[in-house]
Amino acid sequence: MNLAQEGETRQEGLPVARALPLSNVSNALECIDVSKRYGQRWALARLSFVLPAGASLLLTGHNGSGKTTLLRLLATLLRPTTGQLVLFGQNGVAQRATLRPRIALLGHTSFLYEDLTARENCVLLARLLGRPASEVDGLLDRAGLAQRADQTVRTFSAGMKKRLAIAGLLLKQPSLALLDEPFAALDPAGIAEMEQHIRSLSRAGTTVVLATHQVEHGQTLCTERLHLSAGRATQA
Amino acid sequence: MSAGRPPSLLGATWVLVRKDLLLEWRTRARANALVFFALATLLLFSFALGPDTTILRRAAGGTLWLAILLASVLALGESFRVEQENAALDGLRLAPADARALFLAKSLANALLLMLLGAVILPVLAALAGVTLVQGPGPMAVVLVLGALAIAGPGTLYAAISSQARARDVLLPLLLFPLLIPALVAAAKATSLVFEGDPMLQFQSWLGLLAGFDLVYWSLGFVLFPRVLED
Repeated sequence: MNLAQEGETRQEGLPVARALPLSNVSNALECIDVSKRYGQRWALARLSFVLPAGASLLLTGHNGSGKTTLLRLLATLLRPTTGQLVLFGQNGVAQRATLRPRIALLGHTSFLYEDLTARENCVLLARLLGRPASEVDGLLDRAGLAQRADQTVRTFSAGMKKRLAIAGLLLKQPSLALLDEPFAALDPAGIAEMEQHIRSLSRAGTTVVLATHQVEHGQTLCTERLHLSAGRATQA
Repeated sequence: MSAGRPPSLLGATWVLVRKDLLLEWRTRARANALVFFALATLLLFSFALGPDTTILRRAAGGTLWLAILLASVLALGESFRVEQENAALDGLRLAPADARALFLAKSLANALLLMLLGAVILPVLAALAGVTLVQGPGPMAVVLVLGALAIAGPGTLYAAISSQARARDVLLPLLLFPLLIPALVAAAKATSLVFEGDPMLQFQSWLGLLAGFDLVYWSLGFVLFPRVLED
């Protein structure tokens, strides 16, 4: 990962601008002077970095430092207030419809329907992706949910929901996997399995961005690191 | 695993309609509440209008559609609450599901629910007001379908807008009710003509107005919903 050099200018209460990297199609992510504001608060402030395709980035920072906002921006679920996001050489706002099939987000929320079963949630995703529903059973088995496949998600623990969300992520076979606190709510066996899944994704050439407070886990899985503090890239 | 070919607009709509109807079936308590709310509204109107069956009969068309309209606010709001639980709507956006398919599916599922609601409360209204389907069940079914579509199309669009607001329960009827006045008038008039007969041959005109309303607002919803969802 290339973290751009700080410049000198400061305006409108924003932090200093950063030099922009040149657009490069071999980069999975190009975050160019990106800021995101909620009301009066800047959640991200003129953040610039590039991440090559296939690399894995560990995103660290305290609560409220902007990790989740950055992941939601990279997932194209949010628009930057200023700056530009380029994902796989395409504009992350204008071309989000073509980018979304390549992006998967494992977030704080599970994106699941509580009153559908585990299998029904996965079949819904498979149908929207145009995948055969027959792939679902194998994925549920990989996620350790084969025995609970026909139970509604409402009866699941937080850890089981996380496992089901991982099954959805694997079903998508993304080029970019965005993982927000993937180890939260998992038991030790679940954490080990999650690490295996992340390694498998990296081996398959998926670009991984992993946000976690469990730095020791993250460091063994990622090649690059970006530390955020109050929405700005800083030294860890 | 093989790379898949995403479904067409209609294919995605069908997948999402099935999901919405399955969710509705799983949480039947919601549909039951809707029916009881509409029945209570009918009863209250009947008590408010008094025991004169002539007045009740004359007001029956309006009473039916006001009961459906008031109940629809619950149904429309609830249909987006389900999507906000666990941020499921974000999951659909990222899946990705075409926003236009989301609009069509959600509107169709809401319309089906309102049609069923109308069919359930119609016999109760007939008993309360002493009305009969003079023109037969066919024209009544057409009015129910067009009227439910008229509420569900713009209702889904406004429910999506108001679901992101803090005062969503207040905002939805404030936005929706004024817009629906032409459709409400047309549906109530057409229903009255089904109940009382149509000697002046006005029924087709009211149906035409209702169909035109549906066409305009479903087209607007289809075009605007992606902006509502993304912006």
